[in-house]
Amino acid sequence: MVKKKSIWFLAIFSIVLILLFVFWGLNSSNWRYFLSLRIPKVTALVITGVAIAFSTLLFQTLTNNRILTPSLLGLDSLYMLIQTMVIFILGSTSLILINNKINFFISVGLMLIFSSLLFKGLFKRDRSNIMFFLLFGLILGTFFQSLSTFMQMMMDPNEFLHIQDRMFASFNHINTEILIIAFIIILALVLYSIKYFKLWDVLSLGRDHAINLGLDYHKTIRNMVVIVAILVSVSTALVGPITFLGLLVVNLAREFLNTYEHKYLFIGSSLISIVALLGGQLLIERVFNFSTPISVVINLIGGVYFLYLLLKENGA
Amino acid sequence: MIEIRNIVKQYGDKRVLDDVSTVIDKGKITSFIGPNGAGKSTLLSIVSRLIPKNSGEIIIDGKPLEKWQSNQLAKKLSILKQSNHLNIKLKIRELVSFGRFPYSNGYLTKEDEIYIDEALDYMQLRDIQNMYLDQLSGGQRQRAFIAMVLAQNTDYILLDEPLNNLDIKHSVEIMKMLRNLVDDLGKSIAIVIHDINFASCYSDHIVALKDGKIVDEGGINRIIHKDLLGQIYDMEFSIADVNNMKLCVYY
Repeated sequence: MVKKKSIWFLAIFSIVLILLFVFWGLNSSNWRYFLSLRIPKVTALVITGVAIAFSTLLFQTLTNNRILTPSLLGLDSLYMLIQTMVIFILGSTSLILINNKINFFISVGLMLIFSSLLFKGLFKRDRSNIMFFLLFGLILGTFFQSLSTFMQMMMDPNEFLHIQDRMFASFNHINTEILIIAFIIILALVLYSIKYFKLWDVLSLGRDHAINLGLDYHKTIRNMVVIVAILVSVSTALVGPITFLGLLVVNLAREFLNTYEHKYLFIGSSLISIVALLGGQLLIERVFNFSTPISVVINLIGGVYFLYLLLKENGA
Repeated sequence: MIEIRNIVKQYGDKRVLDDVSTVIDKGKITSFIGPNGAGKSTLLSIVSRLIPKNSGEIIIDGKPLEKWQSNQLAKKLSILKQSNHLNIKLKIRELVSFGRFPYSNGYLTKEDEIYIDEALDYMQLRDIQNMYLDQLSGGQRQRAFIAMVLAQNTDYILLDEPLNNLDIKHSVEIMKMLRNLVDDLGKSIAIVIHDINFASCYSDHIVALKDGKIVDEGGINRIIHKDLLGQIYDMEFSIADVNNMKLCVYY
């Protein structure tokens, strides 16, 4: 089977990259120090990769649209707003900003509360209008963004540097304790989701077919929104906003594997995501000498690919 | 039997369905006819739980719609809507396999494969079962979707304009096939149909709707009548008897 072959190929490629990343340039005198830095970094790259790929895949099934990413829910903008507000009101030396653990929990908590309110408020009125839900998320996201920009304008330039640090995803300062928590959350979510893969296959036929085939649409959608929200919140709070990557990797997986099955798409897109992140990070560390954050590279490639997708869909 | 009792559906102030009551009988083809916007498709969507109603009751085999578990109902009743755009790339066989989901939850058994083969044969899709849907003609696509509904093997089959996109030959084939499903396998079928002559030649019972209300219902002789049809469609009709069938001339 082509699908399985491609997946094996991707798996081997990612393992090679992981090994390269961890063991490149180690010798008997520096291995302790380097490993203590590199292992958390590699773990962060892998779990972020999986979280981004998985959340985008789910989000695209949920919306029945191949060119959307969960950033439409406005969660990244909310994250930036939280960070900006903390610095604006409490200053860059405040405990919430400096203590990564507190920051992580506050950010994740607020993002989850926001998404559940969004979902509850809108689905009460019309039980299944997903477009309305997205539009509202988009508008709120833009609102949060403007609010952040407004505060950033009035801020002391030195304080603004702290914000700028958080505007782009970065894997260079990963807090190990948070990493373990994030790892457990995402692993638990993936294990919990496996039994739903077949349901999501049916959902990708669209709402009407899914209901006709006996799916409890509302419950399934709610479940998916919760999973997407947790995945995005955790990965954003861990490394910063990077949802654009998802668009790239999920569509590459679709193209590569030529299947509708979530089982394969999940594994495929996760592996592509890991390859992209690890490859990108290696490039940045070894070639560009840390001169640019990884999300800049990913957004550049992602943007070009997005344009390609739009043009292609337009032509079809 | 599906009992439809006093159904009201409202969008804002507009009543799309106004106190509609009728029955979809077992072992019959029931056709819903009427001009665009009469509420035919809405009614089928409500009966098949795709959209909520404002008031009224749907009772399927003695049990109210709300009491049915969605996955149990999926083994009893199936619906195919008129526009079936998919965002994913599927082969015909994969699409038809989805029809077995209510029984197998996605893990196909040997029995499921038999039903899938039968549905493919019935719609004459066996030869092209491995083609992708986006490579097919409109008629082949429509047949593939009908095959999915057949694989679902439900007592009640609701079809919203199944002849959409089909040429005359395939339209006749589909209608004959529906007739066989009813006569040989005892299925009950409700269709929304625009071509009155197909309704006249193949159905047992016709429900005529206009502006969200049932104007009249009954057998062919009662409904295919020039005064009644003239009233529904606001135009002149003449009815001809050809080979014992009533045909409408409205050009």
